[in-house]
Amino acid sequence: MEIKLLGTGCLNCKKLEANTVEAITKLGIDAEVEKVTDIVEIMSYGILSVPALVVDGEVKVSGRIPSVNEIMNLLKV
Amino acid sequence: MWQNAVNWLIYDLLGLDKSSLFGGAVNFFIYDVVKIIFLLFVIIFSVNIIRSFLPPEKIKEMLAGKNKYVGNVLAALFGIVTPFCSCSAVPLFIGFVESGIPLGATFSFLIASPVINEIALGLLWNYFGLKIALIYIVSGLLIAIFGGVVIGKLGLEDWVEDFVYQIKVGKSVSRAAKLTFKKRSKDAWIYTFGLVKKILPYIVLGVGVGAFIHGYAPEDLLVRIASKSNPFTVPAAVLIGVPLYSNAAGTIPIVVALIEKGVPMGTALAFMMAVTALSLPEMIILRKVLKKPLLATFFGIVTIAIIFTGYLFNMLI
Repeated sequence: MEIKLLGTGCLNCKKLEANTVEAITKLGIDAEVEKVTDIVEIMSYGILSVPALVVDGEVKVSGRIPSVNEIMNLLKV
Repeated sequence: MWQNAVNWLIYDLLGLDKSSLFGGAVNFFIYDVVKIIFLLFVIIFSVNIIRSFLPPEKIKEMLAGKNKYVGNVLAALFGIVTPFCSCSAVPLFIGFVESGIPLGATFSFLIASPVINEIALGLLWNYFGLKIALIYIVSGLLIAIFGGVVIGKLGLEDWVEDFVYQIKVGKSVSRAAKLTFKKRSKDAWIYTFGLVKKILPYIVLGVGVGAFIHGYAPEDLLVRIASKSNPFTVPAAVLIGVPLYSNAAGTIPIVVALIEKGVPMGTALAFMMAVTALSLPEMIILRKVLKKPLLATFFGIVTIAIIFTGYLFNMLI
């Protein structure tokens, strides 16, 4: 599973990263997490607000910070 | 009721002297912190529910292809409720420009977002009544609409960084329809709680300064410095406000205390708008997509508009 975190590095992005890492650890799954800070690449996902969570190329959440539980549900499917 | 409860706590339970300056300041402090926190929960929660129906992707769709002036008006209106954490300024800007929304309308949005702050609006309504809240919102909207129209007329497209026009924005997916109301409320609740926690230090600091002014500042001193008849007080209030970048919720208690002590409403409001709307961090972030002259034009227009609002309020009230 490939997880991308889109954001310019503000506090919200850091919180999203922490929640994502916690969700992955709790699920015990094998996932590759990459932080994307390049604005051109961020825009290629068609979002207008950060932070955003992309799982296997699909934007799952943008413009808000999902909770650890929500991320766990997103990653289970 | 609140005031009675606080009075009882301060004067009866803690035994502070009702007529002392210290007692008054402490009373003001406790009363205001509790009241503002309660109001913040109500305001931020409601705005978040509205926001969940209006994600920026949807606003972009609604603005694209609109007549120039209709676009300016709509963009300014959307600017009031849209989340606009400064880190989203750049993607929002690029997305708007890329989808063909005119530069003028994009700026109407960029100006309205910080100038009309929904937390400030809610608190103003509560402290000073509906009339003041309406003047605040109408003057903010006019600033955003005219600022955007002026920037559109000036034809400043070349002052946007070139790479912005080359970016291909991926197809966006609107997820708003999939959310149930329960999910929206839960999200809004989590967001509200997080935000109130984050801005709490500003509120305590703001109310602290407000309480100090309330308790100790001599009335005639402030009235002498900041009287309506002195035309320089409004620009001076703006200049003082800019480096104090803070949160609206932290600034309102200071504004309330200043007005109580006789500072004219317009001067105090201009101070608040300068604190919340003219922020250095946002300027640094926007520099990524705007060349310096356009950035300067944007901040120039907002500054002039805030000073104008200050004079307007001083004239009307």
